[in-house]
Amino acid sequence: MKLLSAVIKPFKLDEVKDALIELGIQGMTVTEVKGFGRQKGHKETYRGTEYQIEFVPKIKIEIAVPDNLLQSVIETVVRTAKTGSIGDGKIFVSDLQSVIRIRTGETNESAI
Amino acid sequence: MTDALPIDTGDTAWLLMSSALVLAMIVPGLALFYGGLVRSKNVLGTIMQTVVILCMMTLTWILWGYTLAFGPDHGGIIGGLEWVALNGVGLAPSPDYASTVPHQVFMFFQLMFAAITVALITGSFAERMKFKALILFALLWSTFIYSPLAHWVWGGGWLGKLGALDFAGGAVVHVSSGMAALVCALVLGVRKGYGVEPMPPHNLPMTLLGTGLLWFGWFGFNAGSALGANEIAGVAFLATHTAAAAGGVSWMMAEWMYRGQPTVLGVASGIIAGLATITPGAGYVGPVSALLIGLIAGALCYAAVVWKVRLGYDDSLDVVGIHGVGGIIGLLATGVLASIGAKGLLFGNPGQFGIQLLLVLTTALFALVGTYLILKVVDLMVGLRVSPQDEELGLDLSQHSERAYS
Repeated sequence: MKLLSAVIKPFKLDEVKDALIELGIQGMTVTEVKGFGRQKGHKETYRGTEYQIEFVPKIKIEIAVPDNLLQSVIETVVRTAKTGSIGDGKIFVSDLQSVIRIRTGETNESAI
Repeated sequence: MTDALPIDTGDTAWLLMSSALVLAMIVPGLALFYGGLVRSKNVLGTIMQTVVILCMMTLTWILWGYTLAFGPDHGGIIGGLEWVALNGVGLAPSPDYASTVPHQVFMFFQLMFAAITVALITGSFAERMKFKALILFALLWSTFIYSPLAHWVWGGGWLGKLGALDFAGGAVVHVSSGMAALVCALVLGVRKGYGVEPMPPHNLPMTLLGTGLLWFGWFGFNAGSALGANEIAGVAFLATHTAAAAGGVSWMMAEWMYRGQPTVLGVASGIIAGLATITPGAGYVGPVSALLIGLIAGALCYAAVVWKVRLGYDDSLDVVGIHGVGGIIGLLATGVLASIGAKGLLFGNPGQFGIQLLLVLTTALFALVGTYLILKVVDLMVGLRVSPQDEELGLDLSQHSERAYS
């Protein structure tokens, strides 16, 4: 099992979510986050003052994925979250040690 | 006096209405205008300053502020204490002020001016002044700066006798608060993190709502200063609106040319700059002069706020750049363009410009020196700034134990 964290542009969330549901993904956790990569934020102007706003609002999606679905989930997120311009975000994949469903006590892949 | 002056019901109705309009400028107008411009941790603290100033100035104006400003003249310098607690300020019109409305109604209209002037200053030390210090400052400033100035210009004092023109408070309200703001910004120093971390306004729609209420209320402020429902009120009404619109367009264009993009805050600021600038001349100029005054105000006030950033002092919400600079331009422009009820330089009265210049310089000097002394006294008594920890935490929690948004 893998834990996949995708940081994406906020307006892409619905598109990504719909495509993942179509793929058979049962659940996800979404957080509003701020950060920067090579995009390095943007400029804001208020009267005489200009600010470089480094931390840009993004959405982070966390999904627990069985190994056999990993590749297609990655491809789906890349396809749907991509605009082609700078600031499209990143996907981080890490090993997932165990998953427990609180209601039933099921573990691992049957708990995803 | 044996016969009481007759009361004009139309004039009285308009002055009562105008007083309520100026109230709307203060709360919620100015409170929201300033509240939207600060960071979210300071919005309540900022709104609180304006609201409490309105409450306090009501008490002090009734008790001693009005008599110092408008009471029987002593040497052209100050009003006497004869009218303390409105003793003798009754329902019959005063022969000296607004002689067609009850004296108390005129007093009340002036109360609103006293309150908004002090509230305007709070923009300069936003996000860092101790609440206790604010209260002391407001009490001292309104007593020792506002009341004497109002007396000099409007209360039978020496500047008014010289023929200085200040229709609705370019000097008494805007230059005085603008110069006080400059001293406050310099004495209190910059906010923690100023110039290093971003301090963007937390809610510009709130500021826009405030802008609209200020604009709306300004009809009472300026057209009400005709002190009657008459032609001059009409002149001021039209001039006020025209200058506001011209100021908005002018600031937007200046910003567009200089920075490459027009901003909402720019248009809002330009509107306020136009309104502040037309204030001293509102009842003395026609619509084309008002338009010109608004255009000049928008561009020059924008230049002033850009220049502020280079100078490095933290007049946080641009009271100097908008009210100080706007007031000065407006007073001088009145000396040039006045054509209704008074004549300016272009209308065959060059001497008026000199008088206006004297009015600007006197008001500025008095406000600069007086505010400095008052700040020193308040600093000795309670200290001016919140602690660095409290500033970091924000005024809402550190001064009032409340949060605007949970």
